[in-house]
Amino acid sequence: MKLTEKDVRYVANLANLSLTEDEVGHMVHDLGGILELMDQLAGIDTEDLSPMAQVLYATGETATLRPDVERAPIGNDLAVANAPVSGAGYYKVPRVIER
Amino acid sequence: MNVANLTIDSLQDGLKRKDFSAVELTRSVLEFAERENPKTNAYVLLCPERALRAAEKIDERLAAGHDIGLLGGVPIGVKDVILTSGVRTTCSSKILANYVPPYDATAVERIEAAGGIIIGKTNCDEFAMGSSNENSAFGPVRNPVDLDRVPGGSSGGSAAVVAQGTAVVSLGSDTGGSVRQPASFCGIVGVTPTYGRVSRYGLVAYASSLDHVAPFARNVRDSATVLEVMAGRDPLDSTCADAPVPRYAAHLTRDVRGMKLGLPVEYMKHATGETATLITKAIKDLEALGCHVEEVSLPSTDYAIACYYIISCAEASSNLARFDGVRYTTRSAKSENLSAMYQNTRGEGFGAEVKRRIMLGTYVLSHGYYDAYYVKAQKVRAMIARDFTRAFEKVDALVAPVSPFPAFKLGEKLSDPLEMYLSDIYTITGSLAGIPCMSVPCGNTADGLPVGLQILCNHFDEPNMFRLADAFESR
Repeated sequence: MKLTEKDVRYVANLANLSLTEDEVGHMVHDLGGILELMDQLAGIDTEDLSPMAQVLYATGETATLRPDVERAPIGNDLAVANAPVSGAGYYKVPRVIER
Repeated sequence: MNVANLTIDSLQDGLKRKDFSAVELTRSVLEFAERENPKTNAYVLLCPERALRAAEKIDERLAAGHDIGLLGGVPIGVKDVILTSGVRTTCSSKILANYVPPYDATAVERIEAAGGIIIGKTNCDEFAMGSSNENSAFGPVRNPVDLDRVPGGSSGGSAAVVAQGTAVVSLGSDTGGSVRQPASFCGIVGVTPTYGRVSRYGLVAYASSLDHVAPFARNVRDSATVLEVMAGRDPLDSTCADAPVPRYAAHLTRDVRGMKLGLPVEYMKHATGETATLITKAIKDLEALGCHVEEVSLPSTDYAIACYYIISCAEASSNLARFDGVRYTTRSAKSENLSAMYQNTRGEGFGAEVKRRIMLGTYVLSHGYYDAYYVKAQKVRAMIARDFTRAFEKVDALVAPVSPFPAFKLGEKLSDPLEMYLSDIYTITGSLAGIPCMSVPCGNTADGLPVGLQILCNHFDEPNMFRLADAFESR
């Protein structure tokens, strides 16, 4: 499938990714080549197969569950310690709702 | 003491004989790393305070006559995608340049609890995306075997520190071959355990259905010890398997007589030149050890690269959505509204390869393409996994190359992302099936470049994988 600049900008917008003009040009070329490789899957007969979302092997039934025991959380101060902008124990972001 | 040649056994013998203390050993390794690291750029940060604190504890235990643990006193490098509490962890990305994790990864907690000494954080491809360690905000890593060549990727720094001698063992992460391929390029041992064998709590997620925490070492025995320490149920990772952890060392009997090995015909057709010659010689050596080798077919191999890059990019695009300028250290100066903050923070913070994979992943998950790419790839993944299930009905283990070629020159493949992706052909099939696989050195090319032999076993059959690798190593 041929990818256009318009497609690249559309996907970049979905991915919340700003791209420079140069990057858009490179993406058209690079993604086009890789998608061509990916298109080879289309011809494969997978009629009798279910999608494999996880690696499966025999294991105990409750392997994904842990005992329901309280654990102390890391707390607000540590949680926001890496935030670029924070205050009063919260993350701060640009205003979203206009008064 | 020559720190560059130490193994777990030799250094623990030295500690017990009082040839040196854990603090002396740690200081020597830190000094050696300080001096040698500029050649390879393998460490992005050393953490002497944490290392010496851990070493003092080992000396106290030794003095009191207490057990020092399976990794007591062992200097360890940790890939910079694995969280270390209070020690900067960047994923070799500008976007996390100043990130200091508030907690340790479970793997880190367990190696320290077993007496391991974390020396520093190792360079890697940004967010573990790459096959050459050239996609790093800290600059590329150079292969200690030949400084003009790449160490492989994405765990290039973790492989280089073990090969260079600035750590005795190290932790990497493997999603599609990121431990086996650099181990092969640097002439050391690299192990990708069964999916779910080691907790990923505290491993920065790239592709969650494929990610592993995985060890590097100078010999098979050491790699088995590190895996044993890290493996086992972790209530903090629901994908971590509830399966008993064997004493792997007890399986290193050197006796592999009668073991049935399969050689995938589809793999050998891609292998060329000296790599093919060395693998063929390795097969002969395995036969001399008493193994029976037969050809097996993994017919879906040709679809693996397309399948892997669809699934891994899709998962990456979702996992990396969290880096948006709110929680993790970096926010663009151009953040006049929420949407500009997201887009510019990510546009300025991510490198070219990460952007490429986020774009690919977003594309294959987008409306109208989801079934054609993502669901289709998951079905093809089932087909690839089925190939292995069938093969393991006939043989105990598969043997194959790790990479079609040895370490290449820096810059050689950087301009063509597709060619770089194609070089992952032998490692991603095992990753997609979630089976344990490892790379063990099998000789050097005429130019002195190491080549690795890959051993692949069925789910949770690490004991036989290590037994075969150890017997081969001692041939």
